[in-house]
Amino acid sequence: MRQGRYRFIVGALAGPIVLYAVLVLWPYLQSFYVSLTDWSGYTSERRLIGLANYERLLKDPVFWISLRHNLLAAVVLPVFSIGLGLFFATMLNVAGRAKKAAVQGVRGASFYRIVYFFPHLLSIAVIGVLWSFVYDPTGNGLLNGFLGLIGIDPVNWLGSTKTAYWAILAVIVWVSVGFYVLVFTAAIGSIPPDMYEAAMLDGASRWRIFWRITVPLIWDTVQVALVYAGINALDMFAIVNVMSAAGGSGGPNNSTQVLGNYIYLTAFEHGRFGYATALGVALFVVTIFLAVITLRFMRRDRVVY
Amino acid sequence: MSVHSQPRALDPNHPVPAEPARRSGRDQADLGGRTLNVFSHAFLLTWAVLVILPLLWTVLNSFKSDDEILTSAWSLPGSFSLDSFVRAWTTANIGQYFLNTAVVVSLGVFLTLGLGSLVAYVIARYPFPGNRVIYFLFVAGLTFPVFLAIVPLFFVARSLQLANSLPGLALIYTAYYLPFAVFFLTAYFRTLPDSIADAAFIDGCGHWRTFFWVMLPMARPGMISVGIFVTIGQWNQFLLPLVLQTDPDKYVIAQGLASLAVSQEYASDWSGLFAGLTLSMIPVLVVYIVFQRQIESGMVAGAVK
Repeated sequence: MRQGRYRFIVGALAGPIVLYAVLVLWPYLQSFYVSLTDWSGYTSERRLIGLANYERLLKDPVFWISLRHNLLAAVVLPVFSIGLGLFFATMLNVAGRAKKAAVQGVRGASFYRIVYFFPHLLSIAVIGVLWSFVYDPTGNGLLNGFLGLIGIDPVNWLGSTKTAYWAILAVIVWVSVGFYVLVFTAAIGSIPPDMYEAAMLDGASRWRIFWRITVPLIWDTVQVALVYAGINALDMFAIVNVMSAAGGSGGPNNSTQVLGNYIYLTAFEHGRFGYATALGVALFVVTIFLAVITLRFMRRDRVVY
Repeated sequence: MSVHSQPRALDPNHPVPAEPARRSGRDQADLGGRTLNVFSHAFLLTWAVLVILPLLWTVLNSFKSDDEILTSAWSLPGSFSLDSFVRAWTTANIGQYFLNTAVVVSLGVFLTLGLGSLVAYVIARYPFPGNRVIYFLFVAGLTFPVFLAIVPLFFVARSLQLANSLPGLALIYTAYYLPFAVFFLTAYFRTLPDSIADAAFIDGCGHWRTFFWVMLPMARPGMISVGIFVTIGQWNQFLLPLVLQTDPDKYVIAQGLASLAVSQEYASDWSGLFAGLTLSMIPVLVVYIVFQRQIESGMVAGAVK
């Protein structure tokens, strides 16, 4: 009955492994080599230049600006999107008027959940175009149009070095809150309801219930969400590429530049492939580093119930 | 929020508790709860408006004439003209971009699920030397940022004639989404009982028949979750098509809209651009409303596990 076992294994794995090796593993492996070359332009010539690209990277102000923007986002975005997500998920699931000591969400909870989550399904590039119109520097944009109503002059949101970066972060929060609401809703749903009921009967305040029951019992999920949000903050390519001034330059004056976009520009606008790949390796190192320290910091005893 | 809908003293089955301290504690929670409820609705509603308003504004603007768009951000369209939609669909090529996206994503998701389930099934249920190595090779792909591979991938894709080709892009999507599919489906196949596969063998099914006719149908819920995640991911891809598809006839929708938004040719066709955005949102909205439950549970399963 187990005839042809190895023939099946080889037959089943051969195609996927070849595809994966050629299109994923091989490029990843190659990138470490390419980062040590002076490969530029579309010629096949590439010379090994050792660590020169990495030396250059350390002295490159745009690299440091991009990295700072990514890391700042990795701190700011989780705080806002996960904070708001947790807040709304709690409201929607356990803040409702209770009937006979049963916990329930506010009225219309499922409507809110659907609305909040919808932006997450739209392509981030489409959202970037949409919000560029919202941020339009004249009074025709939605935001400046609104400020006009209350007598504030139009602000050049994406064109000013002071506001551009924060305007883009706000869009990312706008997109991602609904996703975390969904994730935390599922986590809260798995908490036994009698824990809430017991706490309520004991007269615990909402605030105490939130910190003593909800947060500890869904801490695993919060932790995964923090890592997920932090790693996402290291990308930000699509939104910056679409929303930054002058066609994806990461401007004005690199004020919205992030590593992903800088790698893209270095490779495909300036044709400096070796250097762009060294930047890619740097991004990879930062990603791993960030994942490790987040998990370290977040470690906390798991509550078993 | 109240723990009980009426004061306990009026309830004959529940005499007033003896401890006054506990009672007053509960009253406080009660009062705090009621104000919280008003606040929670205000917060929830505010966020819902913040989510809906930009989307609604985009839809309304696509019905306005360019003059109306340039006069006031808040005016309603004078007449509901569909001109801009026709222009967006035909002259601005949104129709073509839609078709391209549909071809790439449907082929990409089909291949990702097909190959991914095959690999996962073999890894999960056939112990053989090298089994773990193959599993870790695939899972490693989850931790590397695509930016690391993008330069070598660009050249690999060109030399294999996969650039500027819709099936080529679908193959590349498949390769990059395989780690995700393999990771989650392997866990899923491990949970399926051995007895049914064994029964199929005794009945004389070969390995392939057992996979396609017995195991794959049993894995349906897992396939749906992974399928939703992969569909949303591939539908929203931006970096890969931007780098690999330089021929405007091959653009996918996100890339097409982003390039329309910065191209001089369409810079003055405001209503056309808004119509393009609206057109790109409608199918997502329809699919979401129809498959809301599956999408939400699929997203949560993929994100939390």
